[in-house]
Amino acid sequence: MTVSTQSPALPQRPSRIAWAAQQRVLIALAALILFGALRYEHFLGAYNVLSVLRYNSMFALTSLGMAFVIMTAGIDLSVGTTAACACVVSALLSSYGLAAGLFGGLGVGLVVGVLNAFMVTRMKILPFIATLAGMLIASGTGLLLANNQSVSVSYDTDFTWLGQGDWLGFPVPGWIAIAAYVYGSVLLNYTSFGRAVLAVGGNEEAARLMGLPVDRTLFWTYVQSGLFASLAGVILAAQFGAGQPAEGVGWELFSIAAVVVGGTLLTGGVGSVANTLAGVLLLGLIFNVLNFENGLGVISLSAYWQSVVRGVFLMIVVMAGSGAARRALRTAAGPGG
Amino acid sequence: MPSPSPLLVMRDIDKRFQGVHALAKASLEVQPGEVMALVGQNGAGKSTLIKVLTGAYSRDDGSITFAGQPIAFASPMEAQRGGVSTIYQEINLVPFRSVAENIFLGRERRRYGLLDWPRMNAEAAEILRRFAITVDVRKPLMDFSTAIQQMVAIARAVSFQAQLVIMDEPTSSLDEREVEVLFDVMRQLRAEGVAVIFISHRLDELYQVCDRVTVMRDGRTVMTRRMDEVDKLSLVAAMLGRDVEAVRSRETAFAAATGRAGGDVLSVEGLKVGRRVRDVGIEVRSGQIVGLAGLLGSGRTETARAVFGADPADAGAIRLMGRAVAPQEPADAIALGVGYCSEDRKADGIIPDMSVRENLTLAILPRLVALGVVDETRQRAIVETFMKRLAIKASGPEQKIRELSGGNQQKVLLARWLCADPKLLILDEPTRGIDVGAKAEIQALIRELADQGLGVLMISSELEEIVEGADRVYVLSDGRTVADLPHAQATASAIMAAMAHAGGASENADG
Amino acid sequence: MADAPTLPRGRATPDLMAFLRRYAALAALIVLLVFNVLVTPHFLSLQTLNVNLTQVATIVIVSVGMTLVIATGGIDLSVGSLMAIAGALAPLIFLSPFGVAHPALGDALAFVVPIAAAGLLGAFNGWFITRFRVQPIVGTLVMFIAGRGVAQVLTNGNLQVFHNPTFQFIGLGRVFGAPFQVIVMLALVAAAAWTMRRTLFGRQILAVGGNDRAARLAGVPVDRVKRGVYAISGLCAGIAGLVVIAINSSSDANLVGLGMELDAIAAVAVGGTAFTGGQANVVGSLIGALLIQLLRYTLLANGVPDAAALIVKGAIIAGAVWSQQRGRSA
Repeated sequence: MTVSTQSPALPQRPSRIAWAAQQRVLIALAALILFGALRYEHFLGAYNVLSVLRYNSMFALTSLGMAFVIMTAGIDLSVGTTAACACVVSALLSSYGLAAGLFGGLGVGLVVGVLNAFMVTRMKILPFIATLAGMLIASGTGLLLANNQSVSVSYDTDFTWLGQGDWLGFPVPGWIAIAAYVYGSVLLNYTSFGRAVLAVGGNEEAARLMGLPVDRTLFWTYVQSGLFASLAGVILAAQFGAGQPAEGVGWELFSIAAVVVGGTLLTGGVGSVANTLAGVLLLGLIFNVLNFENGLGVISLSAYWQSVVRGVFLMIVVMAGSGAARRALRTAAGPGG
Repeated sequence: MPSPSPLLVMRDIDKRFQGVHALAKASLEVQPGEVMALVGQNGAGKSTLIKVLTGAYSRDDGSITFAGQPIAFASPMEAQRGGVSTIYQEINLVPFRSVAENIFLGRERRRYGLLDWPRMNAEAAEILRRFAITVDVRKPLMDFSTAIQQMVAIARAVSFQAQLVIMDEPTSSLDEREVEVLFDVMRQLRAEGVAVIFISHRLDELYQVCDRVTVMRDGRTVMTRRMDEVDKLSLVAAMLGRDVEAVRSRETAFAAATGRAGGDVLSVEGLKVGRRVRDVGIEVRSGQIVGLAGLLGSGRTETARAVFGADPADAGAIRLMGRAVAPQEPADAIALGVGYCSEDRKADGIIPDMSVRENLTLAILPRLVALGVVDETRQRAIVETFMKRLAIKASGPEQKIRELSGGNQQKVLLARWLCADPKLLILDEPTRGIDVGAKAEIQALIRELADQGLGVLMISSELEEIVEGADRVYVLSDGRTVADLPHAQATASAIMAAMAHAGGASENADG
Repeated sequence: MADAPTLPRGRATPDLMAFLRRYAALAALIVLLVFNVLVTPHFLSLQTLNVNLTQVATIVIVSVGMTLVIATGGIDLSVGSLMAIAGALAPLIFLSPFGVAHPALGDALAFVVPIAAAGLLGAFNGWFITRFRVQPIVGTLVMFIAGRGVAQVLTNGNLQVFHNPTFQFIGLGRVFGAPFQVIVMLALVAAAAWTMRRTLFGRQILAVGGNDRAARLAGVPVDRVKRGVYAISGLCAGIAGLVVIAINSSSDANLVGLGMELDAIAAVAVGGTAFTGGQANVVGSLIGALLIQLLRYTLLANGVPDAAALIVKGAIIAGAVWSQQRGRSA
């Protein structure tokens, strides 16, 4: 006998929900851009576009690493202080040149990432707690190395090019972020590693029984998150010409927000790289639009309003997505009769 | 059938946990291309034996030979690579990912170093076609029914070039038609020379598909026979370790009703809930056991949950104790004297890390409270009474419920409702996954309670339970009540006819 | 699968190592106390005790609420922001023309309104999480982001400096020589521990955290219990916010409660409450907070820079949780 999808007795449960939720992020982004373009004269001007990209490239990088971690149903609270620590280290090494600053900074991410990964996969500490410890350790190390002060970046070498330079008329941090997202997209969709990330997040026990290298997958996911965070820290140092040990506070939660806005479920197993970028840009553009709105003189909102607006925006996104998520879960858990 | 070269020989396997023998000189022999049934009560050592084979546990003593080689798999993964695949009771796949991905996870097909999706999708479809299943393999697994998911799990296992496939209670969540599909797959495997070890609590199934049967008791192998040489009674006798005469001829422990049905405790008319329940009408009187029969997906559980307020009804009339009600939350129904033992003990029943005492009194806790403070003296007294009355085996009221056997967990959950002195008790698969001994105790208890005036609504997939236990049987099909049979007319064939009769399911019903 | 043998569990010999792991935080606290008595000069003085208890009080107050939230399997990231809101509201009230004209009423309102507001916002967290079935991390992240913004908008980001002895009693007052906020802290810990142990609400919290689907089917009002713990967490944060500004004689919406969510979570983690829910060790959270505080004090008193103390704090959190997990599985 043939069991086909049309059999009325074995009902199919069509769910395009994840798909719809993902498209909604892109639609919202497009709508916001359209709104800005129509309302403000210089919104799509080269200066505005490039500065938005230059600034948000750092959040884009931390959020990309975070997205992979969240797809495994984990979380990485250490990205902010890892960036800060890497920022300090690369500033300290900037006088030895671009490569020294870059790889020194990445070294910080590697160490913190390995530490987090070790705690999660070997010591079996919950990711929230493990990366909270990693966060404190990275923060303390950064402050120690910087002696509690801002470290100035050497302008004698080409290190600052990483943050302030242009290549083919486009800011270098923007290039780095684009390259990272292309890499992330291919990694997720066209490699076994990417599939393993989603499988581990979707059902860790099953992934283990299927013979997937669960611990190795988790390990590299956290290491990768550390590396992306430290890359953001290097760009931060190069962009602002200073290694600031106290920067990066709250970046981890901003990144989580961006990933959530991008439609990735914190329960793991589903996620999209492109939509994470959309999430970062949506949150970033809200600030930008607020500035333009103030510029028009229609309203006069202090910069403090941006957190309120961002929070409310996150709330709306979550509310809009919740019905879909609930339906998806009910479908997945569909009980028998 | 003595064959010169058995595929698997497990001999004199010993396994101890903290000094206690879980396996004592257990043995198992499987020929290539045969379906071997492995049966025994809970705690007999079936799962332990399987786990020793697949490397989930290490053995303390004994030898294992597979395909002529002595083996000692270090992990289920290694066993899979060595040709032994296991399909677990709970489907261990990734629901969010596509069917093809679930089949190829861990050994993806690549092209130029990147994943070759077209090829994986084509091959996955091909593998499933072997089992006469055509589905869109690009869709997420969670879009499909449990049966299809089970088939995908089997397809994955078999596509690892398995020589031996172990199925640990694969049918417990399938309905009869789906079970048929599974059996076809098993016969297909046998025809291809793949051996199958089939663990099931449903004895009837064994006769349909198995060649031989191995019976285990107390960690030992007590019997291995050809299936056609052993009747059901001797099988049960071997499992229980009693004489055939001592095993009663009835399948269940339900005695005939001695009490008399009283007034209505529940009546439901035109009930509609979501897509699963379209038009259900049932009636339960006090002192009566009412059976709710139907295939998986016929709306039995959904009906029960609506009556209990777990998923509020969209339309229809519910009367509890003669009052028209519309319970929105379980608490509403509980207040009216309803109890509900859910189908899935682990997910919907027990609070695993809480003690027997706290689990038992969870539902009546609000009644044991003065000014918000729990009266622990009364609580202990109640727990003691019910642990004794239901013969709950635990080291004491403070033992964590997750450490109890399935049968004793179920008794605690029954006690949770009984101590609330309900008028209507809804039991959803009250004896699923429980060993023969505890099963009989629970069935006898249900009858005793009904005789004392409790109204019972019992959902069961085991026909014997419904036929012998229920005073009145409603059959649901496709979300509708299609038959209302008094005890005398509720024969297995009448119930099956009613299940098969209605809706569009008829053409598939007989497989 | 169901026939794994039921094993006699852990009744054999009381394993000393397992016991130590289970009570690692308490053991570490005692070791640290002994170390300090021997090494740190002037450690055994009322002054030292008061300094440490005063500094730890706000963290403990917040972690009481956090413990209850975590016992339901949730988490509350918004506590720091709620502290900032409460801290911003109080001076706005007693410094307002009305507050100045009616000092008694103004001071009373300056206690009640901010704490109530924080409690209400906590209840909002609970409503949001239960109504939309949102993960607690995300649900409270909204308030984390928006809440501090609200506090900043309320004060326009300005520092509010004040001198109000009546109001500041909550942070500077003494009762029989003991700092008032320490008494508040101990009272809250005792009340919460008792609630968890003896009351219906406490048992329902544990049932919800242990298995919320089963709890609902047993008639436990799951959503109401969850809303309740987030409201309590909000109230605790509100109280802590007032204590902080009272100590500082000023309120800075940018700084009040900054990072408090992680300090409180760390205290709960070190104190031995499992993040999977179904357990609440309120006294453990107190011990955890004391341990973290005393460790920092010890390092500072012995000349180690504050930044290095952060690293040690990270290590102690990971170490404590790791050893408890092993203690539990043993």
